[in-house]
Amino acid sequence: MLTWLVEWLKAALLEVQEYVRLCQAAFVASATRPFYYRDIVQQFEQIGLGSLTVVLLTGFFTGAVLALQSGITLDQFGARPFVGRLISASMIKELGPVLTALMLAGRVGSGIAAELGSMVVADQVNALRALGTDPVRKLVAPRVLAGTFMCPVLTVISDVVGILGGWIIAVFQLRVASSVYWTSVLEGLYPQDPWMGLIKPFFLGFVIVSIGCHVGLRTRGGTQGVGRSTTNAVVAASVAVLVVDFFVTRLLITLMY
Amino acid sequence: MQTSDTITGPELTRQEILDGPNAPVVVFDEVCLAFDEKVILSGVSFTLLKGHTKIFLGASGAGKSTILKLILGLLKPDQGVIWVNGERVDQMNEREMMDVRADLGMVFQEGALFDSLTVAENVGYKLSEELRWPDEKVDARVREVLGFIGLSDFIDRMPSELSGGQRRRVAIARAMAAKPRILLYDEPTTGLDPITATTVDEEIVKLRDIEGVSSIVVTHQLRDAFFVACHRANRDGGRVQIESADQQKSEEAEFIMLKDGGIIFEGPAGELKRSTDPYLKTFLS
Repeated sequence: MLTWLVEWLKAALLEVQEYVRLCQAAFVASATRPFYYRDIVQQFEQIGLGSLTVVLLTGFFTGAVLALQSGITLDQFGARPFVGRLISASMIKELGPVLTALMLAGRVGSGIAAELGSMVVADQVNALRALGTDPVRKLVAPRVLAGTFMCPVLTVISDVVGILGGWIIAVFQLRVASSVYWTSVLEGLYPQDPWMGLIKPFFLGFVIVSIGCHVGLRTRGGTQGVGRSTTNAVVAASVAVLVVDFFVTRLLITLMY
Repeated sequence: MQTSDTITGPELTRQEILDGPNAPVVVFDEVCLAFDEKVILSGVSFTLLKGHTKIFLGASGAGKSTILKLILGLLKPDQGVIWVNGERVDQMNEREMMDVRADLGMVFQEGALFDSLTVAENVGYKLSEELRWPDEKVDARVREVLGFIGLSDFIDRMPSELSGGQRRRVAIARAMAAKPRILLYDEPTTGLDPITATTVDEEIVKLRDIEGVSSIVVTHQLRDAFFVACHRANRDGGRVQIESADQQKSEEAEFIMLKDGGIIFEGPAGELKRSTDPYLKTFLS
């Protein structure tokens, strides 16, 4: 039992060490030449535009259901007109960033792990190295840049459609006046809240793509290994999103409020 | 960079040695490698001379492909020294290895072509992405190389649209596009029918004899190994002819048989056929 625990701890530490080394290499590759511009543009398109549909749907229905649920609760206090305040605060500070990140973990994290994992087992990553290409620069850096910078953009879009979804329910279902809703949306926010909602996705986006790259590049064991990596990437990235969200929120509250 | 570790003589510089005939382009000196408890290579030593061929034979798991990965710096040995083009590579980091790899080409098992790129983009990858050649120059070289291996009509195809033999030949084209002086072939004919395998063998012979490329071929296909060792390519006017090699040419291709991490035979085809070693006889039968 003890031996098993020691072995497990050693493997976990090795994994963390390799992840940190990959992040370090990705930082260096993102800031120094040579850059693979075509890959960077391609990844911005794949991660950003490619995730737009899922983010729009998630944001819209989250805002809508939030309005439905909170309407019932607020009615108990006769506070139905404040529904906009609740939706804007929830979407911008927490639900927008976290749900967008979880969607990206499912779509982008798994895709990256599967793609890089397939390249590893098909010897394509070794072929890249043999052709004189640093796989971190060619494969990891463009994805990390795209994930880090597209996650905040997608989060803002998710926030906007979420508040719009809430507005539709508030106006047509809860019979709250449109002007009351929008006034409430603005009144519900502290000046720091938009910053909080904008800063967090940078961290979450970085975590999702870097975990996807790390898990993908460490794939072993053929097609079965690719499947395992894909699952591991989604699970690890989803958990990491929630953990990182907590710590970054804690830090931002300390610094900004 | 590593002046104390580079091959220099009292009279000739390293470059002069490498430019001369029969220069040692790849040298293994007592190389050992193990993965955990499993010994892969134990005290392996050999020298590949310029323009010559080494053909590695051995059972699966004997360490043949590992030797190619050590030359490329994709793996590092536990012990021993490896020289490639006069540079000691066993201690180099990834960044330093990039310069050495500029003069190496590798044909991987199954080709390892990039699925998302066309044949032309695969073949021209190194030229456009790493060497940053202008598009017209890349295109001209890609057409030249694909013409050399007889796949000019497939320039815009995706790898998924190619047969196994065509993929292997495109992999050879990609490896030779940047005109490396050393080419490494990892099981280039495994899984191919005899006719397609012969086509690939002929490409290896042509590259060696027409382009002057030094080659290391890892295979367990005896038929292909002997074809490469016992044939030569001649340019007859505009055409390249493949014909039987004379004895002197045959001896430029040496077989190395690996067993239990070590070399149990090293010599030309004739010597291998005449060997009385029971393992070799079983392997060749």
